[in-house]
Amino acid sequence: MENNKGSAGGFARHRREDLIGKTYTYICVLLLIIVITAIVYFVASKGLATFITDGVSPVEFLFGTHWNPVGDNASFGALPFIAGSFIVSLLAALIAGPLSICAALFMTEIVPGKGKRILQPVIELLSGIPSVVYGFIGLTVLVPFISALTGGDSIGYGVAAGALVLSVMILPTITSIAADALASLPRGLREASYALGATRWQTIYRVILPTLAPSLWTGIILGIARAFGEALAVQMVIGNAPFIPKSLLTSASTLTSVITLNMTNTSTGSVQNNVLWSMALMLLFMTFVFIIVVRLLQRRNKL
Amino acid sequence: MNAKTADKVATGVIIFFAVLIVAILGGLLGYILVRGLSHISWDFLTSPSQNFKAGGGIGPQLFNSLFLLVLTMIITVPIGLGGGIYMSEYAKDNKLTGFIRLVVEVLSSFPSIVVGLFGLLLFVNTFGLGYSLLSGAIALAIFNLPLMVRITEQSFRAVPREQKEAGLALGLSKWKIITSILLPVALPSLITGTILAAGRVFGEAAALLFTSGMTTPPLDFGDWNPLHPRSPINPLRSAETLAVHIWKVNSEARIPDAKEVSAGASAVLVIMVLIFNLIARWFGRFVYRRITASKRMD
Repeated sequence: MENNKGSAGGFARHRREDLIGKTYTYICVLLLIIVITAIVYFVASKGLATFITDGVSPVEFLFGTHWNPVGDNASFGALPFIAGSFIVSLLAALIAGPLSICAALFMTEIVPGKGKRILQPVIELLSGIPSVVYGFIGLTVLVPFISALTGGDSIGYGVAAGALVLSVMILPTITSIAADALASLPRGLREASYALGATRWQTIYRVILPTLAPSLWTGIILGIARAFGEALAVQMVIGNAPFIPKSLLTSASTLTSVITLNMTNTSTGSVQNNVLWSMALMLLFMTFVFIIVVRLLQRRNKL
Repeated sequence: MNAKTADKVATGVIIFFAVLIVAILGGLLGYILVRGLSHISWDFLTSPSQNFKAGGGIGPQLFNSLFLLVLTMIITVPIGLGGGIYMSEYAKDNKLTGFIRLVVEVLSSFPSIVVGLFGLLLFVNTFGLGYSLLSGAIALAIFNLPLMVRITEQSFRAVPREQKEAGLALGLSKWKIITSILLPVALPSLITGTILAAGRVFGEAAALLFTSGMTTPPLDFGDWNPLHPRSPINPLRSAETLAVHIWKVNSEARIPDAKEVSAGASAVLVIMVLIFNLIARWFGRFVYRRITASKRMD
């Protein structure tokens, strides 16, 4: 300690210590940047090879409805999978969104304090359950249940099962963001509304929800993003047919489920394999789109 | 409908949905535990799995999951810690910091299967590590890094300003302040967050299918030389984890008791996640009490 009081040795030690700290933390941050650059670069170079090296038309990939990767007349229309991914993710958000916002309202508005003590651990546990376990429960409970509901007309695998499994999986994401947003609301807004004689529902509906709309949408978008990238749970219950689903009960595929099933069955460097990387690139691209939307929403945040 | 009735109806609906969510969790846990616990025995937990006949266990898979978790955390913690310390202590409020924040955000939003594919391309194929524990651990570390950075940043930011100012007043270097003043105070929330992150790693499967692989070589649990191919701790052997095993027996494997095996394995996974959650809560409180008590003794 004596050395530190301005003596030359103290300064030297100071500088040495700070150099260690700076070098260490800068290397860590640099690593993060290298990793993300590498992911984008490698996935993009593999994903674009389908179009550049193998000559598959990007228009066919994005809008073609016919998926038949092997044989002389091979066609690589990935629209059924792109559509499948969007349909199950949006349906999942449609189910989970209202539920999550109600859960968040329950924690902060209806039973403040106690509600949070009950629901918070529930939400944390739901987010902790591994996705394969969700898939397994979907497979053994939900699929037979849906099949029984339709009187055996449907085998139960399909869009409805996928969307329901995903909705439970994204519930925690949306709920925790909505609850954080509700907790950050200034007390004055609520009290002003109550002072005007508004009921609790009027306050929620006319004051709280409109004020927090950007944050709530952020939660929903992040939920959709999570559903869009989820692979195994969906693959286990969706049925894996390569067609655009015609109803909730028809079997379908998503980008992730096709990648999961075919990546190890196709040989590296073949068109059949490269086209899977194009789908991975599509997933990356959508990740960026979701983040941009979230950023735009945050800019609109009124608080 | 007048305002009072609308209020009552809305309140009823909200309470109904909240109860529904609790019921869903209760149903999920109840189903997994009731179906799975009856299948769990010492034999199930320790014996190797079967490919074609019934009666296989999950011994190697359970070991793989735990060992992979250790390897992943060895990679994740130092890098995540450094990144988080940078974000909370070194980063200036400028464009570069905004960019790094975006990088962390993007990295945390990547679907885990994409991270797995990247691992397949770079570590498994290009670096020639093959389907191995090491490839899997690196992929999981990438997947887990953004969370670790965020946990570290939050833990360091939560340290009261006065503690840091006291250090500055003593004439300590910035790094000395970080390691001997901020780190001990941030440690409880750091450890709680790390344990929760570890729970997430434990259940991950999509990133592992293409990196640590879907098979396990026959293991010799008497051989602990990490260079031997049959040694359990050889980081270059392929390793199917518990979560991957559940997926495999349900979609590809041909064993007649797939449902029972997955129910048992799911119960083990869920119990492990519950244990991680409980330890994280308990440990946070324990360390907090220790720190506050030691202050009183001074």
